[in-house]
Amino acid sequence: MEKRQYPYSDCETCGKCKGLPARDTSKCERLYTIMVFSENVPGLLSQITAVFTRRQVNIESLNTCGSSIPGIHKYTITCVCTENMAKMLTLQIERRIDVLQARYYVDDELFSLEAALYKISTPVMMNDSEITEAIRHHGAHIVEVNPVFSTIEKIGRTTTIFDLFDLLHEKGAVLQFSRTGRISLTKSKEEYLDKFLAERENEKILSVQNNN
Amino acid sequence: MEKITGSEALMRSLISEGVKTLFGYPGGAIMPVYDALYNHKEELNHILVRHEQGAVHAAQGFARVSGEVGCVIVTSGPGATNTVTGIADAMIDSTPLVVICGQVGTYHLGTDAFQEVDVVNVTSPISKWGYQIRSAEDIAWAVSRAFYIAKSGRPGPVVLDFTKNAQTELLEYHSEKVGFIRSYRPDPGFTPDAITAAAELINNAKKPLVLVGQGVELGDARKELLDFVEKIDSPCGCTLLGLSGFPSEHRLNMGMLGMHGNLAPNVKTNQCDVLIAVGMRFDDRVTSNLKTYAKQAKIIHFDIDPSEFNKNVPVDIPVLGNCKHTLAEVTKYVQPNEHKEWIDSFRPYYQQEYDKVIDKAIHPQTGPLLMPEVINAVSEATNHESIMVTDVGQNQMFACRYFKFRKGRSVVSSGGCGTMGFGLPAAIGATLGAPDRTVCLFVGDGGLQMTIQELGTIMEQKSPVKIILLNNNFLGNVRQWQYMFFDRHYSFTPMLNPDYEKIASAYSIPCRTVADRVELAEAINEMINTTGPYLLQCVVKEEENILPITPPGANVDEMVLEIND
Repeated sequence: MEKRQYPYSDCETCGKCKGLPARDTSKCERLYTIMVFSENVPGLLSQITAVFTRRQVNIESLNTCGSSIPGIHKYTITCVCTENMAKMLTLQIERRIDVLQARYYVDDELFSLEAALYKISTPVMMNDSEITEAIRHHGAHIVEVNPVFSTIEKIGRTTTIFDLFDLLHEKGAVLQFSRTGRISLTKSKEEYLDKFLAERENEKILSVQNNN
Repeated sequence: MEKITGSEALMRSLISEGVKTLFGYPGGAIMPVYDALYNHKEELNHILVRHEQGAVHAAQGFARVSGEVGCVIVTSGPGATNTVTGIADAMIDSTPLVVICGQVGTYHLGTDAFQEVDVVNVTSPISKWGYQIRSAEDIAWAVSRAFYIAKSGRPGPVVLDFTKNAQTELLEYHSEKVGFIRSYRPDPGFTPDAITAAAELINNAKKPLVLVGQGVELGDARKELLDFVEKIDSPCGCTLLGLSGFPSEHRLNMGMLGMHGNLAPNVKTNQCDVLIAVGMRFDDRVTSNLKTYAKQAKIIHFDIDPSEFNKNVPVDIPVLGNCKHTLAEVTKYVQPNEHKEWIDSFRPYYQQEYDKVIDKAIHPQTGPLLMPEVINAVSEATNHESIMVTDVGQNQMFACRYFKFRKGRSVVSSGGCGTMGFGLPAAIGATLGAPDRTVCLFVGDGGLQMTIQELGTIMEQKSPVKIILLNNNFLGNVRQWQYMFFDRHYSFTPMLNPDYEKIASAYSIPCRTVADRVELAEAINEMINTTGPYLLQCVVKEEENILPITPPGANVDEMVLEIND
């Protein structure tokens, strides 16, 4: 079976730049997670994805939903590109009027997870003890079993989700497979969005005072 | 409180935004708005164009010379899609527009109703903001927000898609004024660190070069730029859209940058030690080969749009903010300086270009009329104080090379988009945006025919556009490239032209044709002294080439001054 290409978090262009401060930002490609916060208005998703299309960058995963702040939407997007490109993408996303903030991160700067569902053949599973062993080993859960198929859920990093998939696939067990795409939190002690919103609130007060 | 229709609310909102001139074309999905407009003819001067593309270009011309927001009203479907070229043009050239399109009723949205086009999504990548007004209650807010977004920060076009039910619904109208949007920082303000770092670099520069972009005009920063440049005594080069941002005849103005710009500022770009870019975006027509562009120099970039920093050229010191403020601030910190030797070093390049190109172009003694001599003569006859509108192609490049500017907001040209057909309607808009100034349009026979129907608008409005038709019976710029780079295969560039005198006559526009240079000065005087529009057809050399040229892929300092046959 052809080995699946995972989105990689280290540069595969030069292969030597991991951890080096002098990474060539114009050449070294790696996985970046771009987090975008916007006002919750219709049509923004296509505006954001259009920035990637125009720059010919493929989106590896995209997750969007309301954030913890009412009225503010969060987009978590992963893509493989150079750091220069990640910077350009975030700046061009921020140009959209209703986007509050866009920032890019590497894996080390984030806590990231995604969820996956595996629909597998129950007879295949029952006849191969390695499958149930692997499910336990990966910390996955069997959420439904019937004579035809079983449903497994797993939460974890992309690579481990694919590791389980590859194993199940090799056994010929997989009927369907679905991932949510990445969700992330920053490890930074600074909350960039809160800071931005506080600044804007102050600027709004000043703006009102100036207009009066 | 009285209830009014959404269309009437639109009228009141436009008036509240200070709109006095509109460009548009009616149609089914915008009829309630035109009905409301009927009762506001005194306050809102609606210019009926002959095609919606013309409405947008006219609004662009109006906005560029006046500094105000150009406003357009069209119907849905084809009316809206006909505005797309102009919206793209305005986006790339940072021109403030509000384009109001009619739309089918909310109940019909998404049903492929008659003349329904999803215009907000069509224009999303080429507009600064777009919004569909589905309820009359939204009108005051949406219009105010649209104008605020269009004119603030880096200006651009905004599209309002106005559903028919919102046009007819009744509402209690309350005026709104949007002056703050949480997610939008139009003028981000500068950081003192960037200012002092820029000043330090400038103070230590031995060979500074300032690149003047349209941002200077957009930021109303001509005076601030002049003070800055004179204090540091730095030579300048102007981009095509930045030409009137700095007086043409100033001793520090070394000419135009770019592919068909002047030799000295292009060559010196690769010799300077500090390159100071102000309100320009390092377009590929300015930089040529990026791999060798100003590699020896430290680069300071003043811009209001952070996404322009490092986009094409790596920048050492980005200075974010409105250049009206950042230039004034940095001027406080720079030392008065003199760079006589450096400035003098530009002269041999100017002399070389003058001897090989300019003198022959503007002072030919024999042969057919040349475009540059016509442009030079018009510029001199108007004391270098008129507004130059161009179409696109050789007429544009020659006009930008040979027209001179003493006043700001004097260049109306399609820079980034290169839209043929831009010139004629844009010139109409310019006459309305600056009614006290002379508006000279340089247009080729190709571009004129792309929007020639706007002669009807000129006839109706008696717009005093001085149309200088540089007729060479060719699509000249493409022909030149075919000559230089495609083995002289003149593939569909020769043009069989109509009788322009008859066309002008049909539109009641005075017209004269000049083929002999002996008549040129007198014909130009006649054109300028004629009240209202005038078409001066100049029969110019058919196969004339714009020189110098930086060939595609060449380095910025590798301009070609002569073509060897």
